[in-house]
Amino acid sequence: MAQPAELTIEESPAVLEELYRQMLFIRHFEEKCNQVYRMGKAGGYLHVYIGMEATAVGWLSMLRKDDYVITAYRDHAQALLMGDDPVAVMAEIMGRRGGTSRGKGGSMHLYDIKNNFFGGWGIVGGHIPLGAGLAFGSKYKGEDRVTLNFLGDGASNAGVFYETLNMAGLWDLPCIFLIENNEFAMGTRLEYHAANVELHRKGYPFGIRHERMDGMDVLAVRKAARRIIDYVRTEQRPYLVEVMNYRFAGHGAADNDQSLYRTPDEVEAAKARDPIRLLERVILDQGVLTQEQIEAIHAEIEDQVQDIYEKADAMPFPDPEEVYDNVYTDMEVEKGH
Amino acid sequence: MAIKEMTYREAVRQAMVDEMERDPNVFLMGEDIGRYQGTFRVTQGLFNQFKQVRVLDTPITEPGIVGLATGAAMVGLRPIVEMMTMSFSILALDQIINHSAKVHYMTAGQACVPLVIRGPGGAANQLSAQHSHSMEGWYAHVPGLKVVAPAFPADAYGMLKTAVRDDNPVIFTEHPTLYGVKGEVPVDMDYLVPFGKANIVRQGSDISLIAYSKMVHVCLEAAEKLAGEGIQAEVVDVRSLLPLDVETIYASVRRTHRAVVVYEDWRSGGFGAEIAARIGEDCFDDLDAPVGRVGGLNVPMPYARVLELQCIPNADDVIAAVRKAGL
Repeated sequence: MAQPAELTIEESPAVLEELYRQMLFIRHFEEKCNQVYRMGKAGGYLHVYIGMEATAVGWLSMLRKDDYVITAYRDHAQALLMGDDPVAVMAEIMGRRGGTSRGKGGSMHLYDIKNNFFGGWGIVGGHIPLGAGLAFGSKYKGEDRVTLNFLGDGASNAGVFYETLNMAGLWDLPCIFLIENNEFAMGTRLEYHAANVELHRKGYPFGIRHERMDGMDVLAVRKAARRIIDYVRTEQRPYLVEVMNYRFAGHGAADNDQSLYRTPDEVEAAKARDPIRLLERVILDQGVLTQEQIEAIHAEIEDQVQDIYEKADAMPFPDPEEVYDNVYTDMEVEKGH
Repeated sequence: MAIKEMTYREAVRQAMVDEMERDPNVFLMGEDIGRYQGTFRVTQGLFNQFKQVRVLDTPITEPGIVGLATGAAMVGLRPIVEMMTMSFSILALDQIINHSAKVHYMTAGQACVPLVIRGPGGAANQLSAQHSHSMEGWYAHVPGLKVVAPAFPADAYGMLKTAVRDDNPVIFTEHPTLYGVKGEVPVDMDYLVPFGKANIVRQGSDISLIAYSKMVHVCLEAAEKLAGEGIQAEVVDVRSLLPLDVETIYASVRRTHRAVVVYEDWRSGGFGAEIAARIGEDCFDDLDAPVGRVGGLNVPMPYARVLELQCIPNADDVIAAVRKAGL
């Protein structure tokens, strides 16, 4: 895989700093989420993006504002990058009335429809045809939007994934199926869940262009993303990418014994390619920022996340009456038990 | 408005034609609905009239179809998905229940799903255990869905048009044995039959027979026979399961003081049990007899015609329940 030093850096210093800030913000936000969960201020299931930041940051930085994005339940990073208010995201995770879904969704169900972020889904593989539907919708209306449809390596085994690939190939849907291969379907290693561990090859039977690419080096991610997004937008055809990344955190906040499926050595080895460190090296090498400036950014973002948490924590819980809201667009539901 | 006599099948088709002509975002997708013109010929002629992509033949992948339609609905299209039979919608339960029905709530109103899933539901003629399900009661259990099951061509026409214009996912059940039933239909772009309104299709003072879809016709047949012996049965066509018009049902029961609920679905746990329970809860003092239920036999649907007919409630079964209610 390409190392940053071998790349021609196309990004301006301002862009490099912005990418760095985005990844760092996600890292700190997610660490705060884990902390909030441990404090008992978030419940249910909560899945953080720690270690995988370069994938969402790289890809989403190459999209147009009107492109569509959809993902599964590890959705905090996408929501934040698509423009969701971070206080509302944290509030949603904490089940508050000021949350993105007014406390009805939680960590797994973040949405920002006005900014074209379509969630936020909890059934492994279940959202994949919805993403194809977004692409179908834009194509039907004659638009040139692209839909970025995130899924995990585990979801790539779901039957509905193959059904969707078939329809996308059949109807030339402008949809990028982005398999985030973090090597584990929850606690089951890739080689124990996939007959063919080269997941990108699943595009082949449906006539869908496909490739495997690095997901840890944000600059390499952006380069590939630009090329693939251009192709899908121009040709209005699907694409399947397998993005190799790795989550440093557990599957979810409740995953408290990672020794069941991986060793600490393995995680440490993966951290040698921590996406934040990789970009930091480039930024220092290129003289974009000094070590002192980087440390100042860390402190600034830590404060920012703390502030977000405090604002969210100050928000009230939903009123009991709100439980009945938004079941239907146009009618009330029966009240009471 | 032109009153035309047409079959139930033609009424469903006319509703789709109207709505597709009215709104370019309405489109139709399903298995064999285009070039093949539909397994039950409901979509006959539509492919030639509207062409792909507005009449879209799909692969045989119900979860994929419903999921794709849900996504398309979230960005403003108004898909009508034909299920070759509602029995096949079982494959798509995850997409319908876990996805379509949850979008509006989970997004706190940011998105909605104007989606219609329609097709034949119930036992046709010797299609046996895997093709004869009555699914409407399953769906009527799910908040976020609307569920209707019209019994007559005019209602099929007016309710399907309402369904297409609804911003929520609607399950629209057509009974395969009703497709050839004729009736007068007021054909008009704006003829809409609202959901949540039951209809008294025969007035009577002695007992209320409460049903939907094909069972309304079975109840009418039973009422006719009962009239011959001087028993006046009122027949309430529920039409819409979710929302459910309990007021019309209760008003009828309060007039007649007796009720039998009739449904083709398995008797145990079917939607008729829900109606019966509500009458029991809210009309107890008005009742002169316990609420009766007539449902399908609690067995998988058998193939042999004689056994199949045994499973599906008929007029004699309804009359037996009327007798049990003391008449």
